[in-house]
Amino acid sequence: MNIIKNRYLYFLISFLVIIPGLVFMGIHWSQNPAEGVLPLGIDFTGGSLLEVQFADGTQPEATVVAEIYNNLSDADNEISAPIVQLLGTDAISVKSKAMSDAKKGEIIAALTEKTGTQVTVLNFTSVSPAVGQEVARAAAGAVGMAAIAILIYIWFAFRSVQHAIRYGTAAILAMLHDVLVVVGVEAILGVTLGWEADSLFLTAVLTVIGFSVHDTIVVFDRIRENLGIYRKVEFEKVVNHSIMQTLDRSINTQLTVMFTLFAMVLFGGDSIRHFVIILLVGVFSGTYSSIFNAAPILVVWENKEWNNWFRKSPAGETA
Amino acid sequence: MKRRPITMLVFILVLVAVSIWINLSESIQITNPFNSTTLYARNVAIQLGLDLRGGLQALLEVPEGVAVTAEDLNTTKTILENRVNALGVSEVTMQVAPPRRIVAEFPGVNNPEQIVASVKQTGLLEFVDMGDTRLPDGTTILTDQGAPGTATPADDTTTPMEERVWPTVLTGTALQTVGVQPGTTGGYEIAFSLKPESSQIFADYTSKNVGKILAIVLDKKIISAPSINSPITEGSGVITGDYTAQSANEFAVQLRYGSLPVPIEIAESRTVGPTLGAESVRKSVLAGIIGLTVVVLFMLLHYRLPGLVADLALLTYALFSLALFKLIPVVLTLPGIAGFILSIGMAVDANILIFERMKEELRSGKNLRQAIDLGWQRAWPSIRDSNLSTLITCVILYIFGSSFGASMVKGFSVTLALGVLVSLFTAINVTRTYLHTLMDNITSIDHPKWFGL
Repeated sequence: MNIIKNRYLYFLISFLVIIPGLVFMGIHWSQNPAEGVLPLGIDFTGGSLLEVQFADGTQPEATVVAEIYNNLSDADNEISAPIVQLLGTDAISVKSKAMSDAKKGEIIAALTEKTGTQVTVLNFTSVSPAVGQEVARAAAGAVGMAAIAILIYIWFAFRSVQHAIRYGTAAILAMLHDVLVVVGVEAILGVTLGWEADSLFLTAVLTVIGFSVHDTIVVFDRIRENLGIYRKVEFEKVVNHSIMQTLDRSINTQLTVMFTLFAMVLFGGDSIRHFVIILLVGVFSGTYSSIFNAAPILVVWENKEWNNWFRKSPAGETA
Repeated sequence: MKRRPITMLVFILVLVAVSIWINLSESIQITNPFNSTTLYARNVAIQLGLDLRGGLQALLEVPEGVAVTAEDLNTTKTILENRVNALGVSEVTMQVAPPRRIVAEFPGVNNPEQIVASVKQTGLLEFVDMGDTRLPDGTTILTDQGAPGTATPADDTTTPMEERVWPTVLTGTALQTVGVQPGTTGGYEIAFSLKPESSQIFADYTSKNVGKILAIVLDKKIISAPSINSPITEGSGVITGDYTAQSANEFAVQLRYGSLPVPIEIAESRTVGPTLGAESVRKSVLAGIIGLTVVVLFMLLHYRLPGLVADLALLTYALFSLALFKLIPVVLTLPGIAGFILSIGMAVDANILIFERMKEELRSGKNLRQAIDLGWQRAWPSIRDSNLSTLITCVILYIFGSSFGASMVKGFSVTLALGVLVSLFTAINVTRTYLHTLMDNITSIDHPKWFGL
């Protein structure tokens, strides 16, 4: 199998996967310019989320709940026009502006009165908008910091190889590929299913970054080793050989991680399903990008192929 | 260069035994056999995070614009701890997140409204110079303490009353003792004494301002606005009002424990009901067991004999990790469990890397013993480098998680990082030792299928 020979085909596949995500990011942005490219959860925007469970058969209508919120809204705690969602047949989830715990108490009391039965708070979160914005800024900072730290680390780890910086850069490009895939999937699911990015989503993205680089390094390590062995062989062949040698390992590791993640998607409960699905997509993308993007980028760079990209009849181009 | 595998094996088995002991115990204790004193004792019960056992987490924040020192924050934390302990809430943890936040966690509480209300009562007591202005009790005023702005000059009469900023003479931190005593005209009053350095300020001020009004203000509300009848030089005084024994007592408690050096706000509040938490534990444990079983079977079927070794190494890894979690202790959160399950994947990866290399060496005609050592040596740089990059992201996640009380993110990074460290240890020591122990006497040529060749 010659992966390097078809490298432009694999780059094309990556673009085809990323483009729909970008389109949906654009759609969301045009609809909500303030939020940016992703529907954001209250962790980042501020606001409150209340999930309440009712005794069987007493789940109130969404309009009833909204009315309670509107009635209790005042100047200190503006919570009118909440977004009410029915969860199954016995629970609701209500999103509104940030509110105090005292106000939440009033709402629970009103709901209890309305339904005439005991109601149980499953989950209540309230985040002030200022904290939300700060978290969002720090999140962007964390991703940036991780990228820089990894670039420096790989540069250092591959210092014995010629052009060590290329390995770091290629790993970062593959990592950006995975981040784009994951954010794109989140944007698609956000626009279509109403998923919101929260701090767990950020955790998933950073984990994907870690995993992606982990995978890339295994392939690069093999290249590093083989360059020492096959000194007379063309760079392209050494890279392809290294990919093939690590392919079994890449697939098997990928499989074991995916087994555990699948188990969590199927049996792990609702609260982390979103998180695990994003991880699953990211882990798959991470393995793909290590094999089909990171290593081929080294070859493109070695041959300085961009010199041929815009010529009339390119010699090195296949796709 | 080579250690005898048997020494390593004994060492590993001892660690395994200790881990099993810790994993099966709620608390551990080591007694000195000679004089039966306790050498070491520790509670090793699994600590569940708020998302798993239910409870309240609040992010408390000193509002923007208020100057705050690290000491202020620590004092605030201590006072708040006293206050919630007085409410009978146990196992409260409060952590200072500089520069202006405190993360407070109240596991298992079922009355979050009450707790938040008590925490929010800043109890900022001030003695405010009102000049000749007498405002009715209960009026909310602005002061130059703990809020932006400077005091409005006393001769400025153009500023409307509600926009005036009054100068604060002293705050509640100046109080030395607070007590309740029967009042001279029936009812009760609150007697206080001031710390020596504050007494002087108080004496100077009252000497210069006889006849003026000095308001006692709690949380920016005037509770009493007496005139200064004579200079108070002895550093003590009384607050009179319409107090019963009980209300006087409550007020005194608030003054004693309640004088926070800075005002605070609730920036974030999260409550998880106990039902949701219990369900999450059950589901994630089930998911973990199913996931692990599939991985164990896959390794066994795909790698045969080495797969069995990997499964044993994996079991060892799980025992070590769990024991470490209980010993440190690591507070387990839902994402924390996810981090742990993910780190299992990384631990398996180390084994896979070694086995794939081993297979290559076997194919090239090495004998089994050489293949094990060479396979391990060749795989090591990639195991080391790849895991280090995961550790780097863990550190960044941890820093991010700590500064916002995002205990979910923090929990995830801690368990993933520990998992990676333990998996490095098992990859270096355990897998290789097990391989040697089980295989040094086998010649692979007889049974290539055992190795998945």
